[in-house]
Amino acid sequence: MKCLAMAIALTTALACATQPASAQTLAAVKARGELICGANGTLAGFGMPDPQGNWTGFDVDFCRAIAAAIFNDPTKVKFVPLTAKDRFTALQSGEVDVLSRNTTWTLSRDTSLGLDFVAVTFYDGQGFMVRKALKVSSALELNGAAVCVQQGTTSELNLADYFRSNHMSLKTVTFATGEEALKAYESGRCDSYTTDSSGLYGERLELAEPSQNIVLPEIISKEPLSPAVRHGDNQWADLVRWTHFVMLDAEELGINQGNVDAKLKSDDPETRRLLGVEGQYGEALGLTNDWAYRIIKHVGNYGESFERNVGQGSPLKIVRGLNALWTKGGLQYGPPIR
Amino acid sequence: MPPQILPRRAGSPRRFGGIALQIALVVVIGSVAYGAFSNVAENLAHAHIASGFGFWNNTAGFDISQTLIPYSASISSFGRAFWVGLLNTLLVAAIGIALATLLGFAVGIARLSRNWLLARLAGGYVELIRNVPLLLQLLFWYNAVLKALPVVHGSLALPGGGILNNRGLFLPRPEFAPTFGAVLVALLAGIIVAIALQSLARRRRARTGEEMQILWPALGLIVGLPLVVFILAGFPLTFSLPRMGRFNVVGGVEILPEFAALLLALSVYTAAFIAEVVRAGVLAVAPGQTEAAAALGLRSGMTLRLVVLPQAMRVIVPPLTSQYLNLIKNSSLAVAIGYPDLVQVFAGSVLNITGQAVEVIALTMAVYLAISLFTALSMNVYARATAVVER
Repeated sequence: MKCLAMAIALTTALACATQPASAQTLAAVKARGELICGANGTLAGFGMPDPQGNWTGFDVDFCRAIAAAIFNDPTKVKFVPLTAKDRFTALQSGEVDVLSRNTTWTLSRDTSLGLDFVAVTFYDGQGFMVRKALKVSSALELNGAAVCVQQGTTSELNLADYFRSNHMSLKTVTFATGEEALKAYESGRCDSYTTDSSGLYGERLELAEPSQNIVLPEIISKEPLSPAVRHGDNQWADLVRWTHFVMLDAEELGINQGNVDAKLKSDDPETRRLLGVEGQYGEALGLTNDWAYRIIKHVGNYGESFERNVGQGSPLKIVRGLNALWTKGGLQYGPPIR
Repeated sequence: MPPQILPRRAGSPRRFGGIALQIALVVVIGSVAYGAFSNVAENLAHAHIASGFGFWNNTAGFDISQTLIPYSASISSFGRAFWVGLLNTLLVAAIGIALATLLGFAVGIARLSRNWLLARLAGGYVELIRNVPLLLQLLFWYNAVLKALPVVHGSLALPGGGILNNRGLFLPRPEFAPTFGAVLVALLAGIIVAIALQSLARRRRARTGEEMQILWPALGLIVGLPLVVFILAGFPLTFSLPRMGRFNVVGGVEILPEFAALLLALSVYTAAFIAEVVRAGVLAVAPGQTEAAAALGLRSGMTLRLVVLPQAMRVIVPPLTSQYLNLIKNSSLAVAIGYPDLVQVFAGSVLNITGQAVEVIALTMAVYLAISLFTALSMNVYARATAVVER
């Protein structure tokens, strides 16, 4: 229903607004005094309000980093919880400035949806969770199983692909939200629940008996999760993209929340450029030159955000794997700031 | 009786100003609609969002849990998914309307019963059901009732080979041998002859006033004849029983819990409103009619069937139509429990995968509009056919 309302809002907005939606997001955000960030709302580790109502998570930190860069204040963000179904419409219609909600970058989303994906903040893949009692040790043993899945996700499509290419039959039960799908799995409506494996770790912990459920070893797809912005506003896309890159570069240079003040006095030219001691790189993005300093000071580097939210400092205990820096055998690679 | 509107003579001076005003209104509405339409198209192009129905024949790629027509994620198109969703909506709406009507009439008449307990029970049903939001009732049926069924490995075996668990009700699937056609032919012939017999009996009664008992011969023709052919053809009907597979029940006819919950919620809810419509209709029939029927010696059941209900129907049909339309539109709440209706499949998965919100939502709304208008039209035809003929 929310989707319907939003689609109508989109139609109305499109029918009324005549100005082209480009090159104005940053100005609009600055004028408004806060960033509006589309987030998950129910996914532990990535985007969820804690019992006190403070939003936390890996995707949430990314929006806080953008707010820190613009306002020098990571709290100037309004988070809008979105379901997988509603998320693109919310971004297209301008309800949110940036979508940071564990969203897979695909060609059709990048082109025909009128969106721009900026950078892969998390390399993920789709996995399956089953009950231990089922005595299944591989996804290839799931022939004939009922699988619960969330609607409007790449998971929904990969699931059909995977079973087809392995000549297995399945019964898909589709729900509008991940919560409903998980609840149906827990009640025994399905044998398995499938989503991005990062999500499986978080959602397993929400079950009544996490230890009675296991995540199968197969990763059946590539899920490069990326924040997205509206197509056509390159300045805003650059800002969002470099927010990610600068957090990677900071980790690579060993700059973190604790030592960033001391690093201001560093002699290292790369560190000096990154922190805005030298050059006008921040102004080129439409920000102040200490933009990166603000991000590191308030939010931390990529590794800090990862470990705090989903890594060893969190209940999820996801290993860095593909998300390690390129210098440590991973895929995360920040282009140089110069 | 519908209110009579006296036709005004066309061409009168007052009429002319009215027509000009109406033309002006149509022009204004038309230009606003055109402006909105072209603006949407222009802005979609600006925002680089694809538009049009070019996606219609592309491969859908997602599975649907209940399909009345053949559908496969790997080869079927978005267009096919649309039809699957539409048929699922029509299925739940059609069965829902039938059940709600039966239940509604029963409850409505029960509420007028002289039996104190029956009338109070019917009253309690109406008050309880129509005052609780439908969405909550739907979630109640789905989460509280159906989820309480046994899990798949503790399934209940039903007499006759059915299996019941929290993944659905699995019934034996009838499988027809080719010779089963002869049974159908016999059934058809039996029905035709029975109808001829009935008209013969009616003519004879009109001519001579004698009642001709045709119940047993008719039953013999409709039931007995096909049964004899069925036996002669060597029992051309078998049932494939559902059985337990590794994970799920396989084989048989599957009734999804999502479908059952939606059907229950829609029929139980709408029946409460229909009951009130029926009660109002029956009360609207002048008491003199019942008294006259009693004076003629009709029993109370016959009075209800032959005198009261036919007259009450004229009052009942218009508000009943509204209830049917409500039921059809309320079926879109399916999205809350994952029943694959039009909204869930088309305005859900298809919208999200293609991202073409404007086209998908517009088409979905048009479909509901068409279904509702068609329902209203059929009911109006019925109402006109049963209207009082003034002499």
